[in-house]
Amino acid sequence: MMRHLISAADLTRDEAVLILDTAEEMARVADRPIKKLPTLRGRTICNLFFEDSTRTRISFEAAEKRLSADVINFAAKGSSVSKGESLKDTAQTLEAMGVDAVVIRHSASGAPYRLATSGWIDAPVINAGDGTHQHPTQALLDAFTMRRRLVGRDAGLGQDLAGKRITLVGDVLHSRVARSNVDLLHTLGAEVTLVAPPTLVPVGVETWPCEVSYDLDNVLPKSDAVMMLRVQRERMNAAFFPTEREYSRRYGLDGERMAKMPEHAIVMHPGPMVRGMEITAEVADSDRCTVVEQVTNGVSIRMAVLYLLLGGNEAAAAHPSPTTTLERGATRRPSATEESK
Amino acid sequence: MDAQHQHSQDTQETPGTPGTPGTQGSPDARPVLEAPDIARVLTRIAHEIVERAKGADDVVLLGIPTRGVYLARRLADKLAEITGRKIPVGSLDITMYRDDLRMKPARAIGRTEIPADGIDGRLVILVDDVLFSGRTIRAALDALGDIGRPRAVQLAVLVDRGHRELPIRADYVGKNLPTSLRETVKVQLAEEDGRDTVLLGSKSASA
Repeated sequence: MMRHLISAADLTRDEAVLILDTAEEMARVADRPIKKLPTLRGRTICNLFFEDSTRTRISFEAAEKRLSADVINFAAKGSSVSKGESLKDTAQTLEAMGVDAVVIRHSASGAPYRLATSGWIDAPVINAGDGTHQHPTQALLDAFTMRRRLVGRDAGLGQDLAGKRITLVGDVLHSRVARSNVDLLHTLGAEVTLVAPPTLVPVGVETWPCEVSYDLDNVLPKSDAVMMLRVQRERMNAAFFPTEREYSRRYGLDGERMAKMPEHAIVMHPGPMVRGMEITAEVADSDRCTVVEQVTNGVSIRMAVLYLLLGGNEAAAAHPSPTTTLERGATRRPSATEESK
Repeated sequence: MDAQHQHSQDTQETPGTPGTPGTQGSPDARPVLEAPDIARVLTRIAHEIVERAKGADDVVLLGIPTRGVYLARRLADKLAEITGRKIPVGSLDITMYRDDLRMKPARAIGRTEIPADGIDGRLVILVDDVLFSGRTIRAALDALGDIGRPRAVQLAVLVDRGHRELPIRADYVGKNLPTSLRETVKVQLAEEDGRDTVLLGSKSASA
């Protein structure tokens, strides 16, 4: 495991599978009468949200609280950021307060990377979405949901998504979810196809490890999972398609289209859904749609990431020499000899 | 109190090299229990459980991963032979309850599987391979508290090597093995390591 989680592309196959397996154990905590673990007791985590996001923030907060961490929520709105304070000053304030980890969401792509590498703050940084760049925990929770549905809960342990065919549909251009998913799903061995109007396909997509198609109906019959992306009107500064109706007709998922998918295939959506445009109510409410499951799984994934990044943090600080990726990461259980039984 | 915990653990761990791979190759490691001894010891513990629990009616065995789980399953088989009833067996991972989490690299989490009927009102017997500082068992007691409320909790271990740091004692002990802190105790079980044996080695030899 690395020290920060900035991009889904930074994860190796083994690291990603370790996170998914850890999340599977974390998910069991939700079934217990007491949904809390003492694991991060005494650690302070700051949720630094420069961009609004209720869903992601609540998910991180739930994960942090289930691990007994102390949580500081910071919203840029109404803070000194709106008075002109820089990211650097905010980071140094948090460092001075002794924060143990920072979860950051920012509208500027690269802000979490800057925070992690600038030396302003020593704590692990977790990217909760930056601009149109990355949203690694979203990609992880999507992969977790796919593994559970397509491979199986228990059978899935230690497994990746080799050979699974995943289709991402919609506004790829503005979607950090699409970027993170392409990176992670490729690492996990899945075959990814992007389907979007030509105007919503980013420049340079040919270098991405995926296929691109403009015809949804052709791709559907050979998809194990279809992920609908939200059309991000707030990021659109030009006309990318003629009308909502036309978009919906060509790239929206309705019951008729869903019937073309294989029996076992699932429909995913990172939320929030725009019903009637990307997805009809009939599809959104069907058993094959995993939107609600994805929200539940998000908490388990974030618990796993927080545990793996923070679980052994001080050890690494105490033995500064080998700060290689694996040294900080989860190790297999030591044998009885070196463990304090 | 937290600081005290950490301090005592530090002193306990000084002779070792935390986080290094196992000392399987320790050249002077000698077996103190072989496969037939382990089988005999488990049979004896099973009989002791039946005797003390007066028939093992409400017994639930929870093994602590990794090797405690295999021992728990073997004990359950032996108990079934003796009592003619199926004894519920599960596993209890204590990783997230450890008090030394922040002192070592994050470790992979094991499996927690509680039998379907739960542990409320039952006699839970925790099963582990080696009893040493007692910290694992303390963590297991914390973990149990989050899962339910057993009628009573007992502890069965294959080897008790001493050096307790907490007021914890086993109810069923396979073998008491007085050791020095410079020695290592390694339990190998067929399910995980391909053979059944308990090895006593020295840390200096493996360093």
